[in-house]
Amino acid sequence: MYDFGLVFSVLPRAPMALTREQIASIATLARLELTAEEVSLYQESLSSILEFVGALERTDTTEVTPMAHPLPGLTQRLRADEVTEGDRHERYQQNAPSTAAGLYLVPKVIE
Amino acid sequence: MSALHLRTLTQLADGLRRRSFSSVELVADLLARIEKSQPSLNAFISVTGSEALEAARAADRTLAAGGGGPLTGVPIAHKDIFCTEGVRTTCGSRMLDNFVSPYDATVVARLRQAGAVMLGKTNMDEFAMGSSNETSFYGPVRNPWNPQLVPGGSSGGSAAAVAARLVPAATATDTGGSIRQPAALCGITGMKPTYGRVSRYGMIAFASSLDQGGTLSASAADAALLLREMAGFDPRDSTSVDTPVPDYVAALEEPIAGLRIGLLAEFFDKGLDADNERCVREGLRVLEGLGAKVRPVSLPNLPMSVPVYYVVAPAEASSNLARYDGVRFGHRCEKPRDLNDMYRRSRGEGFGAEVKRRIMTGTYVLSAGYYDAYYLKAQRVRALINADFIRAFESVDVLIGPTTPTPAFPIGAKTSDPITMYLNDIYTIGANLAGLPAISVPCGFVGGLPVGLQIVGPHFSEPRVLTVAHAFQRATDWHSQVPKGYA
Repeated sequence: MYDFGLVFSVLPRAPMALTREQIASIATLARLELTAEEVSLYQESLSSILEFVGALERTDTTEVTPMAHPLPGLTQRLRADEVTEGDRHERYQQNAPSTAAGLYLVPKVIE
Repeated sequence: MSALHLRTLTQLADGLRRRSFSSVELVADLLARIEKSQPSLNAFISVTGSEALEAARAADRTLAAGGGGPLTGVPIAHKDIFCTEGVRTTCGSRMLDNFVSPYDATVVARLRQAGAVMLGKTNMDEFAMGSSNETSFYGPVRNPWNPQLVPGGSSGGSAAAVAARLVPAATATDTGGSIRQPAALCGITGMKPTYGRVSRYGMIAFASSLDQGGTLSASAADAALLLREMAGFDPRDSTSVDTPVPDYVAALEEPIAGLRIGLLAEFFDKGLDADNERCVREGLRVLEGLGAKVRPVSLPNLPMSVPVYYVVAPAEASSNLARYDGVRFGHRCEKPRDLNDMYRRSRGEGFGAEVKRRIMTGTYVLSAGYYDAYYLKAQRVRALINADFIRAFESVDVLIGPTTPTPAFPIGAKTSDPITMYLNDIYTIGANLAGLPAISVPCGFVGGLPVGLQIVGPHFSEPRVLTVAHAFQRATDWHSQVPKGYA
């Protein structure tokens, strides 16, 4: 096999393990139902991913401005506040799991 | 003249204009090839045969009347990440298995406007998250050079389809290498333009600061022909750049004598397969023979590309994929108990394992207490990588290195360890982080498998990148090789 590890000679050695509870709370934030097997799977792989990306720590970024966009200097465009789209709700709702009277149906929210 | 399916996009467009053959003849020929290949390659998720033949008949009428655009009657395929009005658009996911797009992506509309005929939608890693096309809900795509091997990903279906000459070209997207890596593994040409050059409207979002649409084709000249139609300002994409689109085709024949090539020193590392390296270095000698001057260039922060990417991309993905809630479109679970149960089970069932892994990673790095340590830190290192590129382009015109560490690998070989899989993109991610145009061209074979050479240019230098690739392809014939059984 090819030794990719040498590329990341700065990789931290200490493993950083996430607990099952942490995985469950991330899943809750992400609104994902996970099986018990999936919790174990992600406990292992998220821990190794976090260890892997932990290599970033070793790069000195003092006074470096975070880069959110690959073309710096661009600003969000504005447009005139005019209606440009027609009413196509019937077309869009053809993809909806459940609708009635032009409305999207979801489980009851308020008793 | 060779069989129709072996001709390039450029040759087909010329032949159709001269009416040497009809679009219907060509489309029928390729549809038969697609059908025959499907059990072995699985390159397509949807084939739109009757619509394609109808469009081909219309194209033939237009051409007969002396009309037509630059691509009239030319068959192409779209990666199933691009929305196509009235046609199922799945993004390789169970979540969108039943989604019929109510509108066209700008890329799709522009290519249709130019006369191109869509034959179908190509297979891909689920939500473009993968480097082997093994995460697709519709099963893996196989590499036409060896069906035991992966075609690369995430645009694996588009790459396999072009390599097997099922279509002369296909659209694709590249967030961390998803055009260039499968191009390299399938022995074809893959072009990722500058971020903002091609509209993202109707292109299902993965990581919005990295995603860019582009092309997979048999040659750089074909990429130029397609990109000339796809590129350009789109008011519907807030990050689309409003600068004129140069004539990429006209620029192709510019000489490259005196071109300053920077050899990406960090890419010739321990991870690079020795035979891959030999092919890339031979490729550099070809360019030197054409008058280019090669010098090594160091981008010290570049090895941090993969860790930066695996913070930034999952973070953006976790936010983008929040829209799949089972309310307006996409999968909804059976008999939800309440709203939260509906969200959790619809998403748990609709997303595959890798997509869930990335949503979880992204959610974690954006969560309270970890945002600064991971997300902001990654954005700072991204700025350093970007600065490395800008500095390098002060002294060289293009940067060249390998596209991938190794040729294609066996299906199943890297699925158990996400990090090993992620490292396939070690040489391609840098161009996404900095938003640079980059192309992969075939530069040789190792054990019967194609190897890719990558050319990266400064922002909006597509004409230069394409010209260098075209000059290389005039001096070599690696890009004309067709896998056995598909000639």
